[in-house]
Amino acid sequence: MTTKGGSTRRLLLHRYRRGDAEPHIEEHDVPADEGTTVLAALRWIQLHRDPSLGLRHSCFHASCGTCGVRVNGREHLACVTMLADHEGTIAVDPIANLPVSHDVVVDMQPFFARFPDQHPIVRASEPLPHADATDAADGIDEHERFEDCIECGLCLSACPIAATDATYLGPAALAYAQRLLEEPRGTDREAILDWADQVNAAWGCHAAFECTEACPSDVRPAQRIMALRRELRRRRRRQGREVPEPENGTARP
Amino acid sequence: MTRGSPHVLIVGGGGTGGALAHDLALRGVRVTLVERGEFTSGTTGRHHGLLHSGARYAVNDAESAVECIEENTLLRRIAPGSFEENDGLFVGVTDEDMAYLPGFLEGCEATGIPTQVLQPAEALRLEPMLSPDLKVAVRVPDATMDAMRMPLRFFATAKANGADLLNWVDVADLELAGGTVSGARVRDLVTGRTTRIGADIVVNATGPWSEQVASMAGVDVPIRPSPGVMLAVRGRLTNMVINRLHASGDGDIVVPQRALSVVGTSSWFVEDPDDLGVPADHVQRMIDEGSILVPAVRHAEFRAAWSAARPLIGSREDADSGRELSRTFKTIDHAVDDGVEGFVTITGGKGTTLRGMAEVCADVVCRKLGIDTPCSTRDTVLLPHTAAYAA
Repeated sequence: MTTKGGSTRRLLLHRYRRGDAEPHIEEHDVPADEGTTVLAALRWIQLHRDPSLGLRHSCFHASCGTCGVRVNGREHLACVTMLADHEGTIAVDPIANLPVSHDVVVDMQPFFARFPDQHPIVRASEPLPHADATDAADGIDEHERFEDCIECGLCLSACPIAATDATYLGPAALAYAQRLLEEPRGTDREAILDWADQVNAAWGCHAAFECTEACPSDVRPAQRIMALRRELRRRRRRQGREVPEPENGTARP
Repeated sequence: MTRGSPHVLIVGGGGTGGALAHDLALRGVRVTLVERGEFTSGTTGRHHGLLHSGARYAVNDAESAVECIEENTLLRRIAPGSFEENDGLFVGVTDEDMAYLPGFLEGCEATGIPTQVLQPAEALRLEPMLSPDLKVAVRVPDATMDAMRMPLRFFATAKANGADLLNWVDVADLELAGGTVSGARVRDLVTGRTTRIGADIVVNATGPWSEQVASMAGVDVPIRPSPGVMLAVRGRLTNMVINRLHASGDGDIVVPQRALSVVGTSSWFVEDPDDLGVPADHVQRMIDEGSILVPAVRHAEFRAAWSAARPLIGSREDADSGRELSRTFKTIDHAVDDGVEGFVTITGGKGTTLRGMAEVCADVVCRKLGIDTPCSTRDTVLLPHTAAYAA
């Protein structure tokens, strides 16, 4: 938003360039009013202090998912996070559990590599099987087709398991798998369940629900992982295999 | 593609640059693309996500309207899954809007845009959140797209076909000697190192920044960066794209996106496309005008407001005159226009026409390089956007 008046806020900004021994923290005082977002503040630094500041952004309205950062240690989309909602100095760091490229930019390749084989194209925009061009607007409920997940990585950053186990597939990928089960659209359901029925997949979650807390898009990944486990338990019962205790976060097969 | 094949350096990682990289890679050209930030971070990713039917331009800008409806049809074929097949309505609420209707329908017919006139009761049945004051609605094949992920599919496919796509690489200067551009001096923002990239042709695909980049080659590009403000509110207030049935004006479109509704837009001119700001009075205008179409806009919860700079083609004089600038695009071979070899600019246009822009530009580039392989992007189905992140 446009800045008015003389108020400034102090940002403690994570800076890192490949080849640096360690990241360092850089202080910046940025002009701010009640509507100044973290992204606007970072853009101000880019424009007025250092054009080399590395920063991912695209849509500016919580739709693309590129501008995820940690603000005072918690995961947020910079574009919809107001400085005014945070007291005192504001630390801006890259999201966790992904490699830092530079400054507050992380490499998203390992994030997408976690997903099951069918890559998540924006599937929900496809016409539903019963819909066609002539009835596409019959009702909002039937035609809300865009997926909620914006692939921002905040859930993975917030996940305490991902922090200690780099092989854990993490909330976004597991939530995506559960979404595929709900609406397979030709994907191989059994293959998805095989993929999810692993110690580093659905059973890796300890039900801390930090992912759901962090999600800016109401995907509720933890609840989806629990639903995925219910599905896996049912399948294991049918298969006569060991069935982990229900809803016990630490239950592993 | 071989090491010996010609090398094209594309400056700018928006939709146009990505689509051009894809087109050239399919024609066997070696491509390097540099983008100083994240891909689609300039103008492309910030647009409201409308796949234009062209109806918005049918009355005053037939050329743009035809481009839009052709690309609208084609993109649905090559990027399945990237569009909501939700259609759009042009909604008339005043007598003035009704006076615009006959010309609008004629313009759509002349430019090949299918229309269906709906009476108010029918329109309200389809979209109950529309203003109860509406007098007519015209259904057109608008659609919602993901402003980042649809263009990323061009990047993904170009990459799979061997194009070298480099984000976080800023052009410090173009190399110009003897009236020929032969490459660029670039700074890698990840490492801080400066290097040079040589090229047979450098293409300037930097949208509203194209005047700045062209000036590095000592030539002028008549581009006026024209930002518009957009407002996102929580709640999917309508399922279809809702346009005001009138000659274009501020706040005359509501685009549903996932669980948000995006209201756009306004228009002014700036010199520096990096320094846009979000004028508070423009945001208020989005609320005021948007709620004429969809009254719930006024009370919906605020999610975000932002600005994006359109690259409009026109001289400073044209812009100063307040005349409406065309939304069409232009490829400039600076050898022809300015006597500078090895340098081409592609600019103007809009998200919907990215592929068509790339085709025209790639034709010019290939002619200069003596390559006669035709464009094949019309029939090449694009990879999913996630492939753009593949190792």
